[in-house]
Amino acid sequence: MQNDQKNFDVLVAGGGQAGIIAAICAAEKGAKVCLLEGAPRTHRGGNTRHTRNLRPMHIGPLSVLSGTYDEDEYWDDLMRVTKGKTNEELARMTLRRSTECVEWLEKRGVQFQPPLGGTLHLGRTNAFFMGGGKQLLNALYRHGEKLGIEIHYDAMVSDIEFEDDAFKNVTVNDQKIYAKSFVAAAGGFEANIDWLKEAWGDVAENFIIRGTPYNTGGLLKLLLKNGAEQIGEPDQCHAVAIDGRAPKFDGGICTRVDCVSLGVVVNKNAERFYDEGEDFWPKRYAIWGRLVAAQPDQVAHVIIDQKAKGSFMPPVFPAETANTIPELANKIGLNAETLEKTISEYNAAVQPGDFDHTELDGVHTEGLDVNKTNWARPIDTPPYSAYCLRPGITFTYLGVAVTDKAQMKMANGALCKNVFAAGEIMAGNVLGQGYLAGIGMTIGNVFGRIAGNEAANHALNR
Amino acid sequence: MRLTDKVNEAARVLTICNACRYCEGHCAVFQAMELRLEFNADNLDYMANLCHNCGACYHNCQYAPPHEFNLNVPAALAELRQENYGVFAWPGFMGKLFTNNGLWVTLLSVLIITAFIVGTSLTVGEDFFQTHDNAFYGIIPHNNLVAIFGSVGAFVAIALLASITKFWQTMRLPNPFSLDWGRVMQGVKDALTLKYLDGGNGQGCSYPDETPSMSRRWFHQFTFWGFMLCFAATSAGTIMHYAFALPAPYDFISLPKVLGVLGGIGLIVGPLGLLHIKAKATPDVKGKTNKGMDVSFLVLLLLTSITGLILMAVRDTALVGIMLSLHLGVVLTLFLSMPYGKFIHGFYRLIALIVFAIEKEKHEAIVGVDIPEKE
Ligand SMILES: Cc1cc2nc3c(=O)[nH]c(=O)nc-3n(C[C@H](O)[C@H](O)[C@H](O)COP(=O)(O)OP(=O)(O)OC[C@H]3O[C@@H](n4cnc5c(N)ncnc54)[C@H](O)[C@@H]3O)c2cc1C
Ligand code: HEM
Ligand code: SF4
Ligand code: SF4
Repeated sequence: MQNDQKNFDVLVAGGGQAGIIAAICAAEKGAKVCLLEGAPRTHRGGNTRHTRNLRPMHIGPLSVLSGTYDEDEYWDDLMRVTKGKTNEELARMTLRRSTECVEWLEKRGVQFQPPLGGTLHLGRTNAFFMGGGKQLLNALYRHGEKLGIEIHYDAMVSDIEFEDDAFKNVTVNDQKIYAKSFVAAAGGFEANIDWLKEAWGDVAENFIIRGTPYNTGGLLKLLLKNGAEQIGEPDQCHAVAIDGRAPKFDGGICTRVDCVSLGVVVNKNAERFYDEGEDFWPKRYAIWGRLVAAQPDQVAHVIIDQKAKGSFMPPVFPAETANTIPELANKIGLNAETLEKTISEYNAAVQPGDFDHTELDGVHTEGLDVNKTNWARPIDTPPYSAYCLRPGITFTYLGVAVTDKAQMKMANGALCKNVFAAGEIMAGNVLGQGYLAGIGMTIGNVFGRIAGNEAANHALNR
Repeated sequence: MRLTDKVNEAARVLTICNACRYCEGHCAVFQAMELRLEFNADNLDYMANLCHNCGACYHNCQYAPPHEFNLNVPAALAELRQENYGVFAWPGFMGKLFTNNGLWVTLLSVLIITAFIVGTSLTVGEDFFQTHDNAFYGIIPHNNLVAIFGSVGAFVAIALLASITKFWQTMRLPNPFSLDWGRVMQGVKDALTLKYLDGGNGQGCSYPDETPSMSRRWFHQFTFWGFMLCFAATSAGTIMHYAFALPAPYDFISLPKVLGVLGGIGLIVGPLGLLHIKAKATPDVKGKTNKGMDVSFLVLLLLTSITGLILMAVRDTALVGIMLSLHLGVVLTLFLSMPYGKFIHGFYRLIALIVFAIEKEKHEAIVGVDIPEKE
């Protein structure tokens, strides 16, 4: 950046979908816009890079979506996962305005995947991005460049200055940048291990971060320090069980292990600790992050036999395999005797029944401390395979409170007139807990558009 | 089966893709991949020949370098393609020519063109730099031409047929009489329309850079149809010569001429365009070891059409001798390099697309699946 003082109509911090969408909306209104992305060009786009779909409400078929997904059904789904932890007014507005998401994106060059009949295709509720979230980002950044948005990479906001409860400037790489309105879209703080440790203790050292290393929550902290109203608690995060060999950051989707319900899971002491067959895996994978986090050394191992081979999504790392259980135990560093005991007790407790992985088949064990309530088949057909599991953090819920105009609320009850927030940094307003596939991108899209428009309106005195 | 570095890299890459699957909408490679849990040389060779090197899945990949997974599907598959062209070559030892393809094609063309010029100027003697009444055959007698091109053509045909047969068998296709012709037509259609250079939604492929574009598809169509028209022109000439006793040279409004001129233009526009966008594309993205092969083929096609059109223009001038030698030298090199250069891709790609049409309909993997041993 040059040395002369920078002055913009709208300044956006964070270059994920919420940020780039807000920047585009503001620029389309004629505002002079600057986007500050903390990551380098190659890592631009935060967690958005790892996403695959969003969830628009629609009455009748919409672009790549079939059928109808109306407000009532959507609302029920949201209530089910959040257990009521939501702001109804904001949530209902989000659902209604999600109808526009697909067309808005398509008009700006984003491609959605036409029906294929492929494994990822849900068809009715979720619209999948062709090639994933990075395709969406590439298209939006291209569009943003055409609109003349000034985009800076490696531009971490390190300080922010308020005057009379209104935004004045930010500091980036020791330079101050001024603007009439500010959009905060810098994601959550899931990549900030120290902050996670404040809430979780030392176990957080063993967490794997599924998304970008750049979401360290610096901006969120600055806003809270300057009097923003907090929403959510620091120990709340979306944690799933993923392959323990995943990279520390940015492992994304491919590190999932989808065979828990087909086998048994043991901890470091070779003991089972939770019902693996409680429900379908997509409904359960998000509780297993916490379950594994509660085990010694935050590690677990899922063990399956040959019968389960091929009936789940192929994992990215090869399994450890062996022809006997003790041999397998040695390979994965567990006590061979204990593991053999755990497996044989489990096998002996399996009750007869017709195994069917497509439904809750009720094939269960009896008489164990921890029973398996569905899909319980004996682990008895070699070769045996083991995958190591660790907690993988997807995102955090703590954020700043906003209005339906995406305007940031202050803890003292006032509204901050020129600060708007969008995306994960405020998603907790709508999604207080739990998760619904595609809701993150939907919130970011809706609030990104609102924040961009409102920020431009404020700056241009409209 | 083969366990080379290129095979291992392709297997590593597709194992990650198979756990991710975000790109399944882009092209046939990912749909073929999803039918499989494990990868081996056979099914990787198949998927490598399905990949159109469009680049979409590289630019859209969340694991592209500098990510530690260092994922680059188009590069891995392009480099594997070049390796497997060598594996399927006939006779086997000639497969080595694919390793330094650009180099040997260049050397061969220099050699052959020089041989032509020296050979003809020696036989024609002082008349080499003269105009000739009966144009071409005044320089090289028709029978000599037939002898040279006939024998080279026969060898090339045998070599191509042998390579194609080997590939056909590896792709597990049945004998041609028990093929499902509906699927074959689907494969032919996908090949002729270059369906998988459309990015998945008709937006175009990410070539030469991230922005979707139709330019590669169009320039390839120019190249392809340009080549086909030139081929048709030569065939028409041959038929007219033998069947109707109408030897060359032909009038401007005659079948071989019209086809030849149109084809020649296509074969200038196409390769020039392809070379132009190739120069703009980052080589790392599209594979490194295969570049020499691609470029030498493009240059050879371009030289064929340029020398052909110039030859037509200078037919009645003193330059006809040198131009004819040049043109024939280039064409002969093109011929000889067909089984041992990029030209072979058309056949393998067509076969791979037919197999894909069959697999897609059956929703079942065919290539690279273990066949139970016969008892
Ligand atoms: C593996 C994975 C898969 C997911 N899949 C889906 C899905 O399929 N559907 C869905 O709806 N949701 C999904 N999510 C959730 C989704 O990623 C988020 O809801 C969404 O991307 C949030 O967008 P955002 O723009 O708010 O944040 P991000 O996309 O994370 O962007 C935040 C940006 O802010 C930048 N930044 C951070 N701090 C600063 C600073 N101080 N100054 C300047 N810039 C800064 C970062 O570099 C980053 O680019 C997934 C998440 C993960 C991790
Ligand atoms: C079945 C028919 C064919 C198909 C499906 C096909 C497909 C393709 C594809 C997908 C590419 C890009 C990937 C790569 O470099 O391998 C390509 C490259 C190329 N093809 Fe073809 N092709 C066919 C026939 C032909 C023919 C007959 C010619 C001309 C004689 C030709 C000339 C070229 C050239 C010159 C390139 C290199 C382009 C470059 O490197 O940028 N193709 N072809
Ligand atoms: S290329 Fe990358 S994004 Fe696409 S399927 Fe493979 S791993 Fe996933
Ligand atoms: S480069 Fe294009 S054709 Fe090749 S695998 Fe990727 S998307 Fe498919």
